[in-house]
Amino acid sequence: MNGRRLMLAHFYVAFAAFAVGTIFGLLQTLSRASAIQLGGFFEYYKLLTAHGVLLALVFTTFFIAGISTYAVYDSMHVERRSLKLGWIAWSVMTLGTVIAAITILAGDASVLYTFYAPLKASPSFYIGATLLIIGSWLVLGDFLLHAKLWRASHQGERLPLPAFMAIINFIMWFLATLGVAVEMVYLIPWSFGWTNGVDVALTRMYFWYFGHPLVYFWILGAYLVWYAMMPKILNVPIFSDALTRVAFIAFLILSLPVGIHHQFSDPGISGTWKLLQTFLTLLVVVPSLMTAYALFATFEEAAFLKGKRGFIGIVQALPWKDPTFAGITLAMILFIFGGFGGIVNASYSLDRVIHNTMWIVGHFHITVGGPVALTFLAISYRLIPVLTGRKLWSQGWAMAQVWMWFIGMSVMSLAMHIQGLLGAPRRVSDISYYGDAQAALWHPWALLTAGAGIILMLSVIAFFVNLVGTLRNDERVEPQTLFALPRANEARPPLGLDRIGVWSVVAVVLVLIAYAGPFIEHFQQHIYLVPGMRTW
Amino acid sequence: MHVHRFERVWIWIGTATMMLFFAILLVVAFGQGIAAPSHVQTVDPQTLSSTPPFDHPGLRKLSNGRYEAYYVGQIFSWNPRTITVPVGSTVTFFVTATDVVHGFLIPNTDVNLEVMPGWVSTATQHFDTAGEYLIVCDQYCGSGHQNMFAKIEVK
Repeated sequence: MNGRRLMLAHFYVAFAAFAVGTIFGLLQTLSRASAIQLGGFFEYYKLLTAHGVLLALVFTTFFIAGISTYAVYDSMHVERRSLKLGWIAWSVMTLGTVIAAITILAGDASVLYTFYAPLKASPSFYIGATLLIIGSWLVLGDFLLHAKLWRASHQGERLPLPAFMAIINFIMWFLATLGVAVEMVYLIPWSFGWTNGVDVALTRMYFWYFGHPLVYFWILGAYLVWYAMMPKILNVPIFSDALTRVAFIAFLILSLPVGIHHQFSDPGISGTWKLLQTFLTLLVVVPSLMTAYALFATFEEAAFLKGKRGFIGIVQALPWKDPTFAGITLAMILFIFGGFGGIVNASYSLDRVIHNTMWIVGHFHITVGGPVALTFLAISYRLIPVLTGRKLWSQGWAMAQVWMWFIGMSVMSLAMHIQGLLGAPRRVSDISYYGDAQAALWHPWALLTAGAGIILMLSVIAFFVNLVGTLRNDERVEPQTLFALPRANEARPPLGLDRIGVWSVVAVVLVLIAYAGPFIEHFQQHIYLVPGMRTW
Repeated sequence: MHVHRFERVWIWIGTATMMLFFAILLVVAFGQGIAAPSHVQTVDPQTLSSTPPFDHPGLRKLSNGRYEAYYVGQIFSWNPRTITVPVGSTVTFFVTATDVVHGFLIPNTDVNLEVMPGWVSTATQHFDTAGEYLIVCDQYCGSGHQNMFAKIEVK
């Protein structure tokens, strides 16, 4: 397999964003706990913007681009494949990231990662973000080109499962990011002052059309590891090649027409459309339930091979001394709770209890911050050695790292959820409200959040010590694939599952159905364009 | 494509549970009227100060303990800053903004609105417990966001 340096380049940008973003996260927890006062270069909302953009958009997108490139190149062998397109994609993504990051750190884009108009950032912020997205489209182009070259010498074969998962995820990402690309068509000329105002409600609809599939983009990156790499760690075959494809196609179709469940508290969208997307959001739970089944079946099969049965027997038989296994399994445990909270958030009438409170922040830290990030860190202990040929520096540090992340994230997320139920708003630098009695109830939980933030920072430090140690390690490891094989006796998956183009059309049709109503309703109103301003 | 009987059962139970949840949401929304705030009304944010009723934000008394409260959000304060209503009042809030997006959250109540310039958001709340209620801005609006709050006295 060639392209190792390209994959590593993606991972290094991801890790750099992770380092900076997590430091800022710790500072925010301390500010909200009134332990420190942020100002000057370290102004709270600037750091909060950087934290969201660097972790939710940059860390995730680069990591998923890297691991998906590995999935495509490793599972589909192509002789003398040119890496030019892959490197162009990486360069465009990195250039966009650098431009956006500099703009944020210069204080010219404290608009948070949702950049809700009419908050008006400098044009370079929107341009940088657009380049990051265009670069990620080139990654998809590289995958499709690779698949075409592979197809030429593999007529009539099914796409290998890892490549299939990576390509489905990037097609879903492409369809989702079209929304934010259209939003940028409005925002970029407006930020330059070439247009007088912006349609606030419309930009929010475009943003959330992108914003929810974004979270499935993260999750499917983790599911690639769970479905296709976890069985290899356990020395068992993939539970079901065909059902894995079914689950991914379900995500492709159902991730997109659900963004309005982030806008339940918005004026200008009728309850009917909100309820329609509530229904579709609840349906996306089903492929995740299928995933849970497949993973527990995989654990069970691994234990059976060792002659262990029953719940306790299975738990005992699993390789808990392996930090990659432990990290990924702990990530799965976190995701069970993340899923429960997600169902609450999708529930139309419950939204008003938790909307824009710390509950939401707790939710995405126990989904993307817990399961996704922990999966990525844990699999890095296998990926980096495989790609560099250098042995992991320390199993012990890795084990400490994954457990600290699990404990820190569990406690922090719990404390955030509780703050939310007590009514504490998110995205606020100081929650004291000049000694208000209600606000005083939030303070102990903000302190606990900060304490857990310190544990998480220790985990980050342990990760980077191990990373540097590994990159300097002279002990070599033999390169081998991280992907498990399908079950030898499994029938070939039905051909229909490989018709990615057809399924993409189904996805687009469902988007049109789910969004036609809200769009028609929107344009029936008399819309006032808003000039926008810089309020920081 | 082979699907084990247990998995088939699991998928059906999962799907049925989600449908049950959705049925409950429908009953609550249409039977009890507990719905997401979905008011559809636009207003010119540039001329708010001369557009009734937002030219005079504040409390209006209707009959039978019912009130309407008109709020305007502007960085970094709510207008009016304080209102006072008797215990047992039912208040309908009408909220809009002049500049950027704000959020209108009253902890310990069901009032939680995104407030956008150009649009009117509404919610109704029955206040049956005396005390001081905090209204915070729960959507980031700029450097003074943490100072944007108001109070409701329920006596």
